Amino acid sequence: MKHKQKVHEPLFHVSKNDAMPVGKALGIRAAAVVVALIIVGILSVVLIKENPFEIYKALFTGAFVDVWTLLQNIALLLMFGLAVIPPFRMKYWNMGANGQVLVGCLAAIACMKFLPAYFPDMSDALIIVLMIAASLLASVIWSVIPAFFKAYFNTNETLFTLMMNYIAIAVVDCFVFNWDKSGSGNIGLVNLLTRKAWFPDLGNKYVLSIIVAVVLTLIMIVYMRYTKHGFEVALVGESVNTAKYVGINVKKVIIRTLVFSGIICGILGALYAGSISHTVNTAVGGQGFTAILVAWLAGFDPLAMVFTSFFVVFLNSGAEHVSVVFQLNSNDYANIVVGIIFFCIIGCEFFIRYRIQLNKGRKEQN
Amino acid sequence: MNRRILSILLALAMMLSMFAFVSCGKDSNTNTGDGEQTSASAETPFKTVDKADLKIGLITLHDDSSTYDANFIDAMYRALEDMGLDKSQLILYTGIAETEDCYNKAKDCVNQGCQVVFADSFGHEDYMIQAAIEYPEVRFCHATGTKAHSVNYDNFSNAFASIYEGRYAAGVAAGMKLNEMIADGKITADKAVMGYVGAYTYAEVMSGYTSFYLGAKSVCPSVTMKVKFTGSWYDYDKEKAAAESLISDGCVLISQHADSYGAPEACEAAGVPNVSYNGSTEATGPNTYIVSSKIDWAPYFEYMINCVMEGKVIDKDYTGTIATGSVKVLEINEAVAAEGTQKAVDDVIEQFKAGTLHVFDTENFKVGGKKLESYMADVDSDEKFEKDTEAIADGYFHESEFRSAPYFDVEIDGIELLDRNYG
Repeated sequence: MKHKQKVHEPLFHVSKNDAMPVGKALGIRAAAVVVALIIVGILSVVLIKENPFEIYKALFTGAFVDVWTLLQNIALLLMFGLAVIPPFRMKYWNMGANGQVLVGCLAAIACMKFLPAYFPDMSDALIIVLMIAASLLASVIWSVIPAFFKAYFNTNETLFTLMMNYIAIAVVDCFVFNWDKSGSGNIGLVNLLTRKAWFPDLGNKYVLSIIVAVVLTLIMIVYMRYTKHGFEVALVGESVNTAKYVGINVKKVIIRTLVFSGIICGILGALYAGSISHTVNTAVGGQGFTAILVAWLAGFDPLAMVFTSFFVVFLNSGAEHVSVVFQLNSNDYANIVVGIIFFCIIGCEFFIRYRIQLNKGRKEQN
Repeated sequence: MNRRILSILLALAMMLSMFAFVSCGKDSNTNTGDGEQTSASAETPFKTVDKADLKIGLITLHDDSSTYDANFIDAMYRALEDMGLDKSQLILYTGIAETEDCYNKAKDCVNQGCQVVFADSFGHEDYMIQAAIEYPEVRFCHATGTKAHSVNYDNFSNAFASIYEGRYAAGVAAGMKLNEMIADGKITADKAVMGYVGAYTYAEVMSGYTSFYLGAKSVCPSVTMKVKFTGSWYDYDKEKAAAESLISDGCVLISQHADSYGAPEACEAAGVPNVSYNGSTEATGPNTYIVSSKIDWAPYFEYMINCVMEGKVIDKDYTGTIATGSVKVLEINEAVAAEGTQKAVDDVIEQFKAGTLHVFDTENFKVGGKKLESYMADVDSDEKFEKDTEAIADGYFHESEFRSAPYFDVEIDGIELLDRNYG
């Protein structure tokens, strides 16, 4: 060697890692949670100046203040997730679950509010069936419009579905202002005192949505894993050209899948109207974006999503409970905690998908 | 293929409708709200509560970064301190949307031992009623709501304050400022135009801006006012834009009924005097802030907590006044206000306390060029939105007397609505 060639080697290099064993991947995620909790602990002590174990205790018990609320919140988030999974599997980035649920809820509320007024003899059962039908129709229309344009004109579905949310919000505002003559911008709970056409309680008001979520999850597992439709969706997601080559009508698959997604949103909208919120305003539902996170963390797997939904709800209620227990008078702490934990968990995906090698070993080989 | 989707759909619809049929048989045994309460006798259905066992729930729409909610949170802590209660006897949920979340949190408060739960936002009302039906032994109180006297449950109450008196006094300060501008030759008397940023075309807002206008008019007879609405109770950008648009439209003084700092900041940037609401915005506008009025909730909270401890029924429509300390006119910014403002405002407050001055005196305003002899207001909250109650008697409009929340929604001469609701 006459002169040493000076090559500036970076300290490490990164390569793709496709075959991480499941156990190891879970281990990395668990480590991420631990790291996040430690950061949260340190930060909490600095900010709240309380015993960190008391803070952890509040964080862990917060979700269990009321078990039924916990289960319902999981069920709702899960159903939002179920609505976005099928499109996501074919790489159709559906950002519009919020809007789809909102228009469904609006349609169902309209039935609930006006059918008893115009047809006083109509039975609750019939009104409920019509509410569900109206909600399904509205949600499916809202979800199919961007799908149609995607299928036939290849428009960008991310922007399209996102904008449909804003249109839904404006439509809801418009109806609310017309229905509420006092001008307060709030229609209140429809049929609050008569409970006319409210969905049945089945023991308590939380059970119905939990049962529906369980049934929908089972349907989705079967649909995704064991039906031809599920296979077609996966194939379109892998490669549109391959799908075309093997004779799949891609346009049809896109529209059909978004009809399916719209149906789930419609069911959810009807539940919000009849069983949960009993009103419509722009704050109703609103879990569509959280559901995207839940779906990604679960790798678009419906069963895994039960756990990620639980985790997100657990985390949100825990952080909220810390604010209540320590009287922080503010949502900021909860937002920070949730942010830190998500940052760590999403960040750790990097270490699962890529391998990091230090360059020291390579140099010696040269 | 679509048949399969259809069959899943039908199966679900059938399943849900089965539940529906099941439910039809057992009609709910809850209160129907037609006013036929069984416990209308003097004997109250509530037990007394020991001071040490007392727990209070508070549910707020935003957190203490909103002037509106901070006003409730501060007042609650002051009330606790004044009554010698411990902070740990309060369970405070912040950031609770006007959805089922409110009902869930009210329930959580009950499960954690609260004997009384208070919610601060208009849209919380029905969820509080829902909870009140379910837990008849727990009190549910609600600010700004309209339904307590209609549903008539002993454990559900509305509360508000005669904030129109505070607005009127603040209006006097605004009128004095206009007079000063006219005297200085900055504007002519016919150019004394005020601007007002409102949230919704709703009685609470209309009552507020009308009383503010009448206060200004009582000292500056030539004043007129333009109103713009944002269609939101809290929207910084819209409030700022509305204020800017009013200023460029020739308004020489701005006030607002909205919860952000949007309008005061626009005024400070343009050098236009501002009369604020809900709290002082002097820090935001040291060169333009004149005065502010607000509701102090502490007197109500103390009354509410006392009722709970003594096992008494809480007044279904509580209206605090300047005399009870519920309505406050905040400190005047002498650097901006006209000379003699303090004295004029104090005089007005004294007249309110003595009961000699009525804000909505029909001698002082006209509707369509005529004096208002009769006005039916929509006091009972129901689906019908009917004008059900005669509000004018003894020469003035009786605001906040038939129920605590305002119902003055008359559009009087001199005030021009530039838009409605949507802004």
